[in-house]
Amino acid sequence: MSNSSSGNVGIVIVSHSSKIAEGAADMVRQMVGNAVPLAWTGGDTDGGLGTNVAGILEAIEAVWSPAGVAILVDLGGAETNSEMAVEMLAEDRRARVVVCNAPVVEGAVIAATESSGGSSLAAVKRSAEEFYA
Amino acid sequence: MHDVNASRAANAFAPLTASAVLVNAVGLHARPSVKLTQCAKGFAAKIEFALAPDGPWTDAKSPVKVMRVKAPQGATLHFRVAGPDGKAALAAVLALVHDGFGEA
Repeated sequence: MSNSSSGNVGIVIVSHSSKIAEGAADMVRQMVGNAVPLAWTGGDTDGGLGTNVAGILEAIEAVWSPAGVAILVDLGGAETNSEMAVEMLAEDRRARVVVCNAPVVEGAVIAATESSGGSSLAAVKRSAEEFYA
Repeated sequence: MHDVNASRAANAFAPLTASAVLVNAVGLHARPSVKLTQCAKGFAAKIEFALAPDGPWTDAKSPVKVMRVKAPQGATLHFRVAGPDGKAALAAVLALVHDGFGEA
């Protein structure tokens, strides 16, 4: 469900569907490579469509480093649950975990590309959000 | 010169230019775009490219901007590179294009 490496910004993919989250992660791995810590989570706790805060927290934890973590989400609950997860983090980590306003698949690939070059969390977020610019 | 800031460093170096034809079947689509930006990010030099020798120029380190160019197979990519490692950077991006980004 996750694996990590280096001091690059971590990427978390949150979708209502575990298949979408896993598929987006596959695309990141194949297109960008393994230089970026990457984790995904999707579905509610019963295995249905939805998102859950515990799963998001676990994914953040899996890719955490002081370089920070960029979260890519799909619709509504994925965003609000991700924001809730960020609020539940230790205070010193909260500012280093951001939810990107970007499409989940494209944003994940772009964010990971940016991260793989050693870019800062702000640069990773900005690059992913260029899709809506 | 001790300033490692890329843009200021770039100003101190005359831009190098060269071009290469996109040989891979699908052109500069998503995967090659990612490879190009990853390659470009490995250098301090400012690296830009265009479909015409006089621009408009696209920052080769921006994955979104590179993908938006949608350069097709057969297009000529004109590179403009400036920076302390400009020569190596230009050689690297040209090799990547010549090599079809490792695709067919």
